[in-house]
Amino acid sequence: MSELRAEGLRLAYDNRVVVEDLDLLVPPGSISVIVGANACGKSTLLRAPARLLTPKAGTVHLDGRSVHAMPTRQVAKQLGILPQSPVAPDGLTVVDLVTRGRSPHQTWWRQWSAADEAAVNSALAATEMTELADRPVDELSGGQRQRAWIAMAVAQETPVLLLDEPTTFLDLAHQIDVLDLVVDLNRREGRTIVMVLHDLNQACRYADHVIAMKAGRIVAQGSPAEVVIPSIVEDVFDVRCQVTTDPVSGTPLVIPTGRHHSLTERQSEHSR
Amino acid sequence: MTAAVAVRVAGVSARVRPRVVGTALVLAAVAFLLFCLGMTIGDYPLSVGKVVAALFSQGDYYDRVVVYDWRMPRALCGLFVGLAFGMSGAIFQTITRNPLASPDVIGISSGATTAVVCGIVLGIGAGLGTQTLGLVGALGSALLIYVLAWQRGTTGYRIVLVGIGVSWACTSATSYLLAQAKLYEAQQIVGWMVGNLNDSTWAQATPLLIAMAVLVPLTIAMSGWLRALHLGDDVAIGLGTPVQVARLSLLIVGVGLVAFGTAAAGPVAFVALAAPQIAKRVAGTPVPPLFTSGITGAVVLLGSDLLARELMPDTQLPVGVVTGVLGAPFLLWLLARANRAGSGG
Repeated sequence: MSELRAEGLRLAYDNRVVVEDLDLLVPPGSISVIVGANACGKSTLLRAPARLLTPKAGTVHLDGRSVHAMPTRQVAKQLGILPQSPVAPDGLTVVDLVTRGRSPHQTWWRQWSAADEAAVNSALAATEMTELADRPVDELSGGQRQRAWIAMAVAQETPVLLLDEPTTFLDLAHQIDVLDLVVDLNRREGRTIVMVLHDLNQACRYADHVIAMKAGRIVAQGSPAEVVIPSIVEDVFDVRCQVTTDPVSGTPLVIPTGRHHSLTERQSEHSR
Repeated sequence: MTAAVAVRVAGVSARVRPRVVGTALVLAAVAFLLFCLGMTIGDYPLSVGKVVAALFSQGDYYDRVVVYDWRMPRALCGLFVGLAFGMSGAIFQTITRNPLASPDVIGISSGATTAVVCGIVLGIGAGLGTQTLGLVGALGSALLIYVLAWQRGTTGYRIVLVGIGVSWACTSATSYLLAQAKLYEAQQIVGWMVGNLNDSTWAQATPLLIAMAVLVPLTIAMSGWLRALHLGDDVAIGLGTPVQVARLSLLIVGVGLVAFGTAAAGPVAFVALAAPQIAKRVAGTPVPPLFTSGITGAVVLLGSDLLARELMPDTQLPVGVVTGVLGAPFLLWLLARANRAGSGG
């Protein structure tokens, strides 16, 4: 099982430091979800192990080896990344896109082995994209398109998969679709998954491990029940809330309070 | 969309699209036909059969002399300049992810032109000849674009923007120098600037052939990087592509191709821009197919040169005039047709 660990991480764009002195151990074989307010550095944190950003200080180790020192193809066999809203060239079919996921496993003389074909077919099946395999990606609906990209990452057959806001721009049904698919990948194939999610309640339901970030630091991490409590949510998202129990999953359910529309406010309006 | 077929022989495997391979073969046959047809034209008329016989060292001694010594340099220049421009266009359109990017748009051809005009008007490096000057100019402007576009690595977008700026700077410099030039110099410059094969001899063809023998295999070896870059930098890195190294290497071979092509024939308009887009539509691929783009470039250039000589046998019409006149409406037609079918871009 692959172990992803970051130590003393400092991430910056030019001189603007986004993440400072951060340590993180991703629990192997589980789903970790990074949550936090906008611009807290959660997507940036995902970019470091994905080697989309070189740390100014600190290290990211995958099974004890630095991802920034290892040959990039070697890393790509063990760690897949799906960036936020990727764009495929117009006319590229789903199967062609998913086939690109095999490139770290290919050499110039071995471009399409039986193993490649099997991996692509099983990725298409896992994401329920087999029927749409010959359709151009740009003609699909938002949810189908996202599944096609996830299929590409699945075909890469990496033990660790990083997903940056995989539910952005999707309607509710497709969000749940994609998240259920992520759980399938984790349970059936034992992949370690780290993703950034915006919706705290979805994070609670789908994460084994929640990592809450604020201003480039990890404020709390642990099981949803440990992390998602009113005091931490208030600190991280700067919003007062109540936490109850999700009637479907039994995980924490966050209900923000806000200034208006509370029952006490309504009652006082009635009595006036 | 074209289906792909798995081909696996003794550990070697490939995913082959019959339509792409078929298109490449047909275009290669057309290019060879045009290559031979071009060598039939001249004061000493030859049939296609005689040209082909001469190519394989058969037939009349005089035919062989005419073919090898007089006519082949022009045909070879047409073939390889077209190949170079077509492949280079495919590279630039891929690394910038922009179908309108081509070496003539992003300032590499204009850099070559400025260097040549500098040489002729100001006498800078006059001993070097237009070929070397064109080469130096193309490489110089490419280096300038890369350095100016560098900001924690390069992105395709910045290369296009900076390239357009460099292109305009070079064009202004060229115009200024032209205004200073003497009449006979201006004539010489304009003849070169349009791009033509009229003066092609072995002196132009030999360095071009040597350069292509190195650059074409190198480019094809890098086609895997091109495939990954189509998906954008982040996805390409995730798939294990060394993006900065890949882009710089592709930029170098792309510039090399266009530099040696321009040195041999001048900045022939439109070929690098149009050939990859034509190839993409004919082969039915979502992105410009590298080698097919090259062959398409050769067909366009050889065909245009043939047309120029057939239509106006008495005037020495530069091939660049024909590629401009033909290429523009053809590309517009392709775009209009593709948009109606709902697959534009």
